Amino acid sequence: MSIYLDKNSKVIVQGITGREGLFHTQRMLAYGTNIVGGVTPGKGGTTVEGGTTVEGGVPVFNTVKDAVDATGATHTILFVPPQFAADALYEAYDAKIGLAVAVTEGIPAHDMLKIVATTPGMRIVGPNCPGLVSPGRALVGIMPGHVFAPGRVGMISRSGTLTYEIVDGLTKAGLGQSTCVGIGGDPIIGMTFVDCLRSFASDPETDALVVCGEIGGSDEEDAAAFIREHLPGKPIVAFIGGRSAPKGKRLGHAGAIISGNVGTPESKLAAFAAAGVQVADRPSQIPGLLKERMAAAAV
Amino acid sequence: MKLMEFQGKDLFRRVGIPTPRGAFVRTADEAERFVAANPGSWVLKSQVLMGGRGKAGGIKFADSPAEARALATELIGEILKGVQNPEGERVESLLIEEKVAIASEAYVSITIDRATKKPAIMVTAQGGMDVEEVNERDPDAISKYWVDPAIGYSPFIGRRLAFAAKLPAGFHKAFPSILTGLYKLFMEYGANLVEINPLVLTKDGAVIASDAKVELDDNGLYKHPDLKEWNAQSTSDPDQMAAVAIGLGMSNYAKLDGDIGVIANGAGLGMGTMDAIRNAGGSAANFLDIGGGAQAKLVKDSYKLVTDDPKVKALFINIFGGITRGDQVARGIVEALSGNDLRKVPLVIRLTGTNEKEGRAILAEAGMNPVETMDEGAKMAVEMART
Repeated sequence: MSIYLDKNSKVIVQGITGREGLFHTQRMLAYGTNIVGGVTPGKGGTTVEGGTTVEGGVPVFNTVKDAVDATGATHTILFVPPQFAADALYEAYDAKIGLAVAVTEGIPAHDMLKIVATTPGMRIVGPNCPGLVSPGRALVGIMPGHVFAPGRVGMISRSGTLTYEIVDGLTKAGLGQSTCVGIGGDPIIGMTFVDCLRSFASDPETDALVVCGEIGGSDEEDAAAFIREHLPGKPIVAFIGGRSAPKGKRLGHAGAIISGNVGTPESKLAAFAAAGVQVADRPSQIPGLLKERMAAAAV
Repeated sequence: MKLMEFQGKDLFRRVGIPTPRGAFVRTADEAERFVAANPGSWVLKSQVLMGGRGKAGGIKFADSPAEARALATELIGEILKGVQNPEGERVESLLIEEKVAIASEAYVSITIDRATKKPAIMVTAQGGMDVEEVNERDPDAISKYWVDPAIGYSPFIGRRLAFAAKLPAGFHKAFPSILTGLYKLFMEYGANLVEINPLVLTKDGAVIASDAKVELDDNGLYKHPDLKEWNAQSTSDPDQMAAVAIGLGMSNYAKLDGDIGVIANGAGLGMGTMDAIRNAGGSAANFLDIGGGAQAKLVKDSYKLVTDDPKVKALFINIFGGITRGDQVARGIVEALSGNDLRKVPLVIRLTGTNEKEGRAILAEAGMNPVETMDEGAKMAVEMART
């Protein structure tokens, strides 16, 4: 099993006829993702190239509701500019979409504040994220599919290329992945580390986890607290990008205080240590450390 | 975008937050004329973005037109330096405000709390000082409230916070409505931070915003074409301006203290590269995220930006070819760096991912030291910088 996404998940693409939307639709189809339709207002009734996987092309609809009514889609991925992203997410929510991937970079933080507070029940991955992939099953995002391999390691990450770097190492070491979620790098995101950890915790096919964080914010500290309470003994290796970054350039004093002076590498390292999670100093150590952990836990 | 005090107060007035009487001036002439036309005691406040302006000597008091002229002459053009910005910031303009008789000073701010995904309001009766110090010394003196964005602000929140923070009674009537205005500003203008420190209770019972700190989310600025002019003239960080000038995102470049230049595709990989250099015993001279595609022109401009820093002794380019193929990236790099107009520094390129072998072959042919892993590349760059 995988979390959030498998080969039967019905996916639509909002902004399917745009340059990026079209490009990545082809890539996702080639990976095996079950793309059942797309949305571009005014282009309903047309189709886009479906490759060898979708005979007669992928149908395009005028609205998300039309697409969902016609196809039963549960997942969407948005390739829309930042100023239209909030509207697109609300349209997905209105059409009862269960999971939306927002790749878009540059969505105003206030738009996201409002969206996450008013779309209960819809999982939002991102924004400013590479999407998610359940290797060998489906990919909804912009990740390079070939670096992933099916397996039993779950991965959650705040960054894109660093994820590929780490996954590449895992794959080469024979550690395939169940699902990899790129949760995105913006200040206000939908799904957090903790949300994903909760889902992985109940996935019988995920034996071990990699948590790839960054300096700033308190997501890593929250993840460590969750692991300490709910996943003791689970083989987990963490990585924190930006540990050598100098302090400074903070977003004003108020931000630092309200989050309780967290966000520093020291704070994150201490939190993971308290949860018994080993933090790799470099990405190249992750496969080895994970194997040790998995052997110790006999999984 | 960080706003200067006079801009922040302009927004305050738009939402009904009282500010001191005063004038914005750019020259000593204007300062003198204003005080001549409005006799009294005035404060001359340097308009800069840095914190600790008062300690740096950027605030003066004038009781006469001549004094105003002399002090304005001294301040305008001066470079203020503080602990937070040793390089200093030049004073281009002043805000002249009436000197108010202070009975009490409070602090109020609204910021975005990432963890709860809610606007967070903070209030303390210990205004007029660094709120971080208050937090360290006496955290219980700060009262907080997290607003549910789906419900929004309601005046009871202001009343509750005023009592919880034990604001003097003189604040109580005005505070909820001032907070109403502040929340409105925070939401309407898409602020990351709005802060009034101090919020002053005057001896004659008025409550006014004596200072204004406002930071707007750049991603939301398109909703406010009326603020475009401020954006254009905001003296932003030189690193940010350099990044934007070559077509990178504003936060894609930052100068650091070390001597090894870094170019990577992706913010996470960029940070990881800096870390790898430190792990190899060196220190990064910069952070540069070139983004997904690594187009030839951008590679060249990024190379120039990084190597224009004279302390850069070696450069490490770290590319993970994802959707962009490694051979394409390699051709782009070779094309970009083959000109004679660039400063030559020892260069190591790590290229992996899609079509990595072909890519590395292209780089090797051009004599560009391709390596396979990040650790290997970092080690080589550190050695090159030492010799």
